[in-house]
Amino acid sequence: MTKYMDQTGWALTLGLAVLIVVNFFIPEWFRAILLLSLARGSVALGLLVLWRCGLISFGHALFYGFGAYTVALIVKYLGITDVFLTVACGVVVAGGFAWILGFLLRRYRGIFFALLNLAFSMILYGVLAKLESLGSTDGISLEQTTYLWYEPEGAANKTTLFFFAAVMTWAVAMAVHHYLRSTLGYMTTAVRENEIRLEYLGYSAERAIHVKYTISGLVGGFGGAIAAMTIGHVDPDSMAYWPISGDFVFIAILSGTGNVGAPFIGALLYELIRTYAFEQFPGIWQLIMGGTLLLIIMFLPNGLWSLVDRWNQRRKERNRLEARAQEEKA
Amino acid sequence: MDTELLLIILIDGLVYASYLFMVSVGLTVICGVQKILNVTHGSLYAFGAYLCATILIFYAEAGWPGAGAFVIMVLTAIFLGIVFGIIIERGLLRFLYAEDEHIIVLATFAAFLILEDVLLLIWGTNPYIAAEPLALLGQTDIAELPFDNYNLSMIFLSALVAAILWYGLRRTTFGKMLLAVIYDRELSQSMGINVTKIFLLTFMVGSFLGALGGAYQAPAISVQPGIGVEVIVLAFAVVVIGGMGSIPGALIGSLVVGVARAAAVHLEPVLELFVIYMIMAIVLIVRPQGLFAPAKARKI
Amino acid sequence: MSVVLNVQGLEKSFGAVVAAHNINVTIEEGETIGVIGANGAGKTTFVNMVTGYLPPSEGKIEFMGRDIRGRSVRAITRLGLCRSFQVPQVFLSESVFDNLMIAFGIAERDGLGLLGALMRGDRAGRVDEHMVRYQIADYRHVAASALPQGVRKLLDIAMATVRKPKLLMLDEPTSGISAEEKFGIMDILMQALKEEETTVLFIEHDMEIVERYVSRVLAFSQGEIICDAPTEQAMVDPLVQEFVIGKEYHRARSGNGDAAEAGEGEAG
Repeated sequence: MTKYMDQTGWALTLGLAVLIVVNFFIPEWFRAILLLSLARGSVALGLLVLWRCGLISFGHALFYGFGAYTVALIVKYLGITDVFLTVACGVVVAGGFAWILGFLLRRYRGIFFALLNLAFSMILYGVLAKLESLGSTDGISLEQTTYLWYEPEGAANKTTLFFFAAVMTWAVAMAVHHYLRSTLGYMTTAVRENEIRLEYLGYSAERAIHVKYTISGLVGGFGGAIAAMTIGHVDPDSMAYWPISGDFVFIAILSGTGNVGAPFIGALLYELIRTYAFEQFPGIWQLIMGGTLLLIIMFLPNGLWSLVDRWNQRRKERNRLEARAQEEKA
Repeated sequence: MDTELLLIILIDGLVYASYLFMVSVGLTVICGVQKILNVTHGSLYAFGAYLCATILIFYAEAGWPGAGAFVIMVLTAIFLGIVFGIIIERGLLRFLYAEDEHIIVLATFAAFLILEDVLLLIWGTNPYIAAEPLALLGQTDIAELPFDNYNLSMIFLSALVAAILWYGLRRTTFGKMLLAVIYDRELSQSMGINVTKIFLLTFMVGSFLGALGGAYQAPAISVQPGIGVEVIVLAFAVVVIGGMGSIPGALIGSLVVGVARAAAVHLEPVLELFVIYMIMAIVLIVRPQGLFAPAKARKI
Repeated sequence: MSVVLNVQGLEKSFGAVVAAHNINVTIEEGETIGVIGANGAGKTTFVNMVTGYLPPSEGKIEFMGRDIRGRSVRAITRLGLCRSFQVPQVFLSESVFDNLMIAFGIAERDGLGLLGALMRGDRAGRVDEHMVRYQIADYRHVAASALPQGVRKLLDIAMATVRKPKLLMLDEPTSGISAEEKFGIMDILMQALKEEETTVLFIEHDMEIVERYVSRVLAFSQGEIICDAPTEQAMVDPLVQEFVIGKEYHRARSGNGDAAEAGEGEAG
């Protein structure tokens, strides 16, 4: 294994390869679900970065909304349709706002951190819903997207977007994974459990949180940008209202914080349950979602990834026992 | 700015503030005692509104005296407070008190999602309108503008609720036990206060207040899906502004938000939707514990 | 010998309570200093002020000739003035190894360097060496929350020394440890610190430990230094006897001279 590729790195790359291959065998509706899972999974990945150090945001639709609306507004007002440019702008705007808000939010912990995020996301919601130039409650529709000099048409459009989103998400997940393995990224338990010691080791807990918050905003903005292009439309209720933030926290707790791949698996499962519930039981789909969330909180509080961790641990234990048995025989 | 407009803003603000107080006071009571932000409070409001509207429609058709409507509101709220108190507190929350506050909020969010659909299953998607009590009380002209007396009566109702709660907390044994639990749960327990019982009763009282808010509001609005979603985040804002767990805080928070929103509606309508969250953010920034932070015991 | 720490006219009051009054201390390189005093005498407040945790109301604090008053805890830590805590401040849910790994990671890198991978073979090697030096290698994979108190205190001190500080302040290194273990732990500690040639100041209630390991004593009472003298002299000082040691402390003076001398020898 090289410096940049560990087990998780290979798994993510394998995931990307699988996505690219299955693209040719799946129906349109499933591709849309996969795309949305990549987008929402990215926002949940942003939450994971914060969650590891004990912080939860009840308003991450803020950055999702920033990313989505930046893309839509650039298309609408500047006429730029190149996805590389629009997505980059969405990420930078969301990240920039996260960086600015970070100067404030780095001072908060616990429920206050969560609620201040909620307040900011609701301010954004109010602005988006009220300002005519931002589309107000109707939102903004996106036009045809282009990829550098390539302008796909018809079915190729969706496939190209899917490839683009898959590769970009892979890159984002790899980058976050690399960050989480760095010294700065490892300051998780340290921030959560003992800020005084961290200061006395020579680093500021607030600065560590600020970096995490900015990364979280960047990744959230990326998710929003991808979602805007997937849906082809942005509006305040589906991009910035508080239940959307609730969905992200839902996905985050469903996934668990064990691995950067988890939020994407969680998001896919979430979308599948939701789509299935919505199709089969349109009257009670929220009931099914709420029930699922309760079951997870009660019986799998560390999320899906804790199953993988448990399995890994059991395997290690078995290997150890086998090794000992071998030794004894020898 | 002319005085007439100022008066209108003030009255509108007071009416809106009393509405906010009614929906947030129960939330803050639960928050103070049980240290949880209860998202299902929005469902209580919605259930109160729906159940009350349904009964009122039957009641009006039967042609009984109009004043009985107010008794119905209170009875509806008491019924819902007891039923939901038992279902949510005994059936869900008591398993979660040991968890992180985030997790409890999420669990109540899950319960909220479930209850949203239960509402739809019972009452469907059509709006319910039960405006008889509103018509019964008539209107008053203030500054040559007609105001519904029913809305104005909400101001008195919230003042009454605030007074009763204040009396209940300061002058009754139950209130004093409650304050003791708020101040230091473990110590209260060791002094023989039955914290489990206090929690259940508090949750019932809080739920009753939420349902009463919905029941009393029902005649003034069109009761339809989504009212709980809107209310709960407003109530969160008021509770955070006032200080989580503080009843005077909820009062002041409601007044600040109510008047600010009324001012926005009449002066700069674009600001209407986010002026509330603007205040919430500013308060969190300047005084994170809220305007009236309840006293905290030093643990070390 | 050069001056490591120079504190002049330090003052601190919390409302009407005077926590520090006219504190003047000069510490020279290589010294081992014991700080004694009753509870609430201002010992920890002194350490908190010098390390930047508490801002003093008045006074001058110079470390290695630099004015450090008003600097943040982390800035002072980076200059090489580190401390340990009376109640160990470690990351409880992490293993001993991970605790030290993060400590080394922060000490060894700065700025963008912190984006480099934490778990590196060479760093792990240094952590292992450090664990051996403090004799906690047996607990390598044990979570800090599950450690015996003595080991946790050693871990706390080991984390404070990853930067090879010029001056180390230990807040009651033996508090909460049983009498039988105390000397063992102090021996490990003093040996490790001697290897790294660290100047040490530690707060201690146990006079036996003070006499055995320390060359110079600062005695605090009600926020003031009532005695600053070589150990032997301080132990018989009437003020110290009255306010710190108490009248009951009548241990035979004979037979302890060796320890005090040994302490002085270490300091020299």
